[in-house]
Amino acid sequence: MSELFAHVPGTTVVHRVPAGLKLLTLLATSITLMLVRGPLTTVVGLVLAAAVVTVSRIGWSRLLWGMRGLVIILVLLGAYQWWRGGWPRSVEVVGDLVTIVLIASVVTMTTPIDRMLDAVTTGLGPLRPLGVRPARVALAVSLTLQLIPIAFGLIAESRDAARARGIERSIRARMIPTVIRVVAHARTTGDALWARGVDDDEHPAR
Amino acid sequence: MISFDHVTVTHELTEGTLTALDGISVTLSEPRVALIGPNGSGKSTLARLVNGLVTPSTGSVTVDGIDVASRPRQVRDRVGFVFTDPAAQLIMPTVREDIELSLRRQEKNRSHRRTKAEQILATHGLEPLADRSVHALSGGQRQLVALAGVLAADPRIVVADEPTTLLDLANARLIGDLLTGLDQQLILATHDLELAARCDRVLLIRDGHIADDGPPDEVIAGYRANP
Repeated sequence: MSELFAHVPGTTVVHRVPAGLKLLTLLATSITLMLVRGPLTTVVGLVLAAAVVTVSRIGWSRLLWGMRGLVIILVLLGAYQWWRGGWPRSVEVVGDLVTIVLIASVVTMTTPIDRMLDAVTTGLGPLRPLGVRPARVALAVSLTLQLIPIAFGLIAESRDAARARGIERSIRARMIPTVIRVVAHARTTGDALWARGVDDDEHPAR
Repeated sequence: MISFDHVTVTHELTEGTLTALDGISVTLSEPRVALIGPNGSGKSTLARLVNGLVTPSTGSVTVDGIDVASRPRQVRDRVGFVFTDPAAQLIMPTVREDIELSLRRQEKNRSHRRTKAEQILATHGLEPLADRSVHALSGGQRQLVALAGVLAADPRIVVADEPTTLLDLANARLIGDLLTGLDQQLILATHDLELAARCDRVLLIRDGHIADDGPPDEVIAGYRANP
């Protein structure tokens, strides 16, 4: 699933759209899909998302391969919604989620992180008087995106280690090392941020 | 100049208090200083004190007269830190973006930042890797990028905590050559005694104390005789 968030350089019109506008579009799409119910919105959303993916030339095969990890979640969610509200509701919820993931993938795959940081920092600037620290939020967004491929790598390593010891069926043997290593990674990342003084601008008192 | 004044570092554990460093007083003014010693001796803790990654339980550390505990930002403007595992140090997705991250504090204009990053990439021969994911680099390439990111911030002092431990021989030699050839003052915690021998002064750390301190030949010979 890490492929969903890796930047794909390009010169398409989607790549050239300002990062702030892309993020606003993602936000507006998500809100619209949540507020406006009905199959028509879902179909329109999916068609538009598919068109944007095609125009951006990030590659359908790469995108679908990256989304493979979502299949189980989509199936479980779809089954639950079917049970609770029938198949039209199930199709709508799953379709809306796929639309949002597709558009979010296009945003992250066509936008360098540096541009994303600048856009978030600029966009949240007016909220500074309310106590929001734009650079810190932008950094949190970046680190969250960075953690995804790292977490998937740690999951794979823990699975291989469990397999090597012949205990691959043990959920504990796979989960505990993963969780510990993710926490350890968070700590070392914190050390690196400190050492590089990345967040210093947010602490004028220092 | 880096000064440690009666520095003690302790950690509270469930089984009691662990003393990582005990009453260290020393001044480091030589261009290249190596910290050697067994695992768990306290050399990494000593290195981490220099830029405030670790704070003293008692005593004080100053860099160019600036107290690390009370003015960490000013100290970090002077001190760059190279970690053992560069994967922990690289924060951004691509090499270029990670170098640019180091420049964000000193250069607010994006295009100027990009231009300066290009220069740094060229200086370190990293242009072919500029748009590569940091996750797709080899260990040696990652450490080189991490070092370039540290140097991009133009520190006066570089602290390196076992920077060659995870590298193969060729890459360890490359990084060692780069570090020992820096214009900046270098504080190097290492198990690589050949690398330590290229420094101007070596401190042997043992059980949280400075067990020996002097010219590389003498200190390293003593350590080899009694590891």
